[in-house]
Amino acid sequence: MKRVQSRIGAAALGCFAFASVATSALAAEWQPTKPVTFIIPAGTGGGADQMARFVQGVVQKHNLMKQPIVVINKAGGAGAEGFLEMKSSANDPHKIVITLSNLFTTPLGTGTPFNWKDMKPVAMLALDQFVLWVNAESPYKTAKDYIEAVKAAPDRQFKMGGTGSKQEDQIVTAAVEKQTGGKKFTYVPYAGGGTVAVQLVGKHVDSSVNNPIEAVQQWRAGQLRPLCIFDAKRSTYTDKVTDKEAWSDIPTCKESGLPVEYQMLRGIFTTKNATQAQVDFYVDLFKKVMATPEWKDFMEKGAFNQTFMTGADYEKWVADAEKQHAGLMKDAGFLAASQ
Amino acid sequence: MDELNALFGGFAVAVSPYNILLMIIGITLGVIIGVLPGLGGANGVAILLPLTFSMPPTSAIILLTSIYWGALFGGAITSILFNIPGEPWSVATTFDGHPMAQRGKADEALVGAFTSSFVGAIFAVALITFLAPVVAKFALEFGPAEFFAVQFLTFASFIGMGRGSPSKTIASMCLGFAFAAVGLDNVTGTLRMTFGQEELLNGFKFLVAVIGLFGVGEILSSMEEGLHFRGAAAKLRMDAVIRTWKQLPAMWLTFLRSCVVGCWMGITPGGATPASFMGYGLAKRFSKKGANFGKGELEGVVAPETAAHAAGTSALLPMLTLGIPGSPTAAVLLGGLLIWGLQPGPLMFVEQKDFVWGLIASMYMGNIVGLVLVLTCVPLFAAILRVPFSIIAPAIIVICAIGAFTVNNAMFDVWMMLVFGVMGYLFSRLGYPLPPLVLAMVLGDQAESSFRQAMLISQGNVAVFWSNWLCGGIMTLGVVLMFWPLIQIVRSKMRKDAAIARTA
Repeated sequence: MKRVQSRIGAAALGCFAFASVATSALAAEWQPTKPVTFIIPAGTGGGADQMARFVQGVVQKHNLMKQPIVVINKAGGAGAEGFLEMKSSANDPHKIVITLSNLFTTPLGTGTPFNWKDMKPVAMLALDQFVLWVNAESPYKTAKDYIEAVKAAPDRQFKMGGTGSKQEDQIVTAAVEKQTGGKKFTYVPYAGGGTVAVQLVGKHVDSSVNNPIEAVQQWRAGQLRPLCIFDAKRSTYTDKVTDKEAWSDIPTCKESGLPVEYQMLRGIFTTKNATQAQVDFYVDLFKKVMATPEWKDFMEKGAFNQTFMTGADYEKWVADAEKQHAGLMKDAGFLAASQ
Repeated sequence: MDELNALFGGFAVAVSPYNILLMIIGITLGVIIGVLPGLGGANGVAILLPLTFSMPPTSAIILLTSIYWGALFGGAITSILFNIPGEPWSVATTFDGHPMAQRGKADEALVGAFTSSFVGAIFAVALITFLAPVVAKFALEFGPAEFFAVQFLTFASFIGMGRGSPSKTIASMCLGFAFAAVGLDNVTGTLRMTFGQEELLNGFKFLVAVIGLFGVGEILSSMEEGLHFRGAAAKLRMDAVIRTWKQLPAMWLTFLRSCVVGCWMGITPGGATPASFMGYGLAKRFSKKGANFGKGELEGVVAPETAAHAAGTSALLPMLTLGIPGSPTAAVLLGGLLIWGLQPGPLMFVEQKDFVWGLIASMYMGNIVGLVLVLTCVPLFAAILRVPFSIIAPAIIVICAIGAFTVNNAMFDVWMMLVFGVMGYLFSRLGYPLPPLVLAMVLGDQAESSFRQAMLISQGNVAVFWSNWLCGGIMTLGVVLMFWPLIQIVRSKMRKDAAIARTA
């Protein structure tokens, strides 16, 4: 990561060497000249909203930026509203956006005309995990038990609750369905992740793929049981969350016989025509945010996978993720009719 | 009693000069936010949230919830004076509040609204104090089928509201459903009726429509009637509080009914807006004065305000115990809790005792402080009506436009507001009732989602709505309410027949 940083720095320096010395000094130390708008392409209370408002709070508390950050929810059309605003203000570097998987799923699923290439990647803050949850009173102790039960039951007997339609939760569900011997779930879309967790506690659905932060309280209260985590390896957080278990005690889905992996990007983009100096400013800002103790605490609470990426690495990751989503959504039949 | 001990502990935390000062600041800000249409409690809390990070969590939440109480109080002011609901849950307050103002009784309407808000809130806080764990469990019973049942009941309790012809009421409601359907469909994840227009992605925002239909429409109507406010000439009398309070005890049944409806809707969580509609609808149906509703009946202000405030307050309960927000404002508060290092959820009452009981104590305090604050300002609010129309009307239009803009930060919404304004004017000229349209707009979307979720779960079997006592009970009640006008006709006819038979 460090290497990438210095390479970018060198490239930037190289560029500026051709320009006059005065402008290079000016450009290298770009500062926002008016309040920075932080767009959340999702509703209030969700994971992206929590993270963005958290960042705003940390920036304000530690005085990391001279201009204030203004957080705005633009959730219309599964986030299309927020992304379209980023696209249309390509020349205003005072706008940043936090992403969910809807960066890929919304244009693919609804046909709304935007793409991540209409924006400038800044940094990946973290990857959000997905966990397979069941009600603690259900008889399923492992992912294997549960999948066997789904296989044995009539088609669509088991109900999977999730956030939204044709978005990350349903994509994970579709990926799980490839391992259930042709048996499908009845996917029930709800408005928010918190609601899904509560609906699972109330036994209105049989399972969910909630993000850790959405269901951690119900886990701690002994109402929900995590079966497996959709990551290549177990979580690195070893502090006890419940009386007996830590995040690291949840097996990966692969080791429980359910070879499915999925993580969600929590990343930052700015507008398309932002200069390198402007991108650098934001990278630097988020590095400062990530160095605070509050951030570390937040990451642990939500069991986030702390992967930080910028520049070419980040761009490549996003391009790969886009391909992955296109494939998953095509297989599941979620693509918009126009595509 | 454990709860009482804990509550007194909470008062010890909440009642410090610093916290009371925060309450006063918060409520004042909240009233201002409530008065400005479009700004809304959720936005107000979101804007101030970052300022609270340096405070202790209890003080921070006292400030933020005080803003919330203030906004709940303040929403009524513009509804009554100018027919502009500052908040969605004040829409039902305009139905009788504004006619009262037109008849020169603005001060009574305001006192009635504030007092009933207070009663609703205190009822809900008492419920939270003593029944939180039980009620939290009850909320878990609510799946999609139960949600739909509640929404169906709201519609049913509202049918026959309009004084216009039933066909006009149905036309108005259908238009509302059509507006509600624009934008992303949450169940299939596809766009509907956007016709490729990016502006329509977000659908029609309820507040924009309401500001236009009621606020701008009202100004247009006033202009036609001669450029002045009706009721403006009323004398200002300082005894409004006593005069109004004398009338209130007779309405105890309406208070009770609205309190129960409000708490129910807040906890389940249906929210304050449907609660206010349902409270109004039920009061109109069952009150002796029901026939006068809509012409300026104090009871018609009391019913929705009590229900809205009871719902707004009890909406904090699912937030604290389940971690699901009962209202958009609660959703923002929820984010705040996380930043202060508090995790709302089933364990909150166990692990964060001081905080929870401090908050509950502050709910009592905040509402008392709020009531005193707004009641003393009643003459001031009522005096606004005496400002000449030519000065106040442009100011109202500007405030409406700012409000519409703030909802989404989009200029498109301001144009939409004007279009809705013209529509509101035409509706009132042509005798189409607005309330059914507004109700369908605010609830249509949710009702549709719940219905389709329930259908997914039951795999298309409608019997799911009668699959358990809770859901079946609410649905049956809804069906009875829906056909109540018919039942009444049949009953009166039978009585008449019997009478004829007897005389014969």
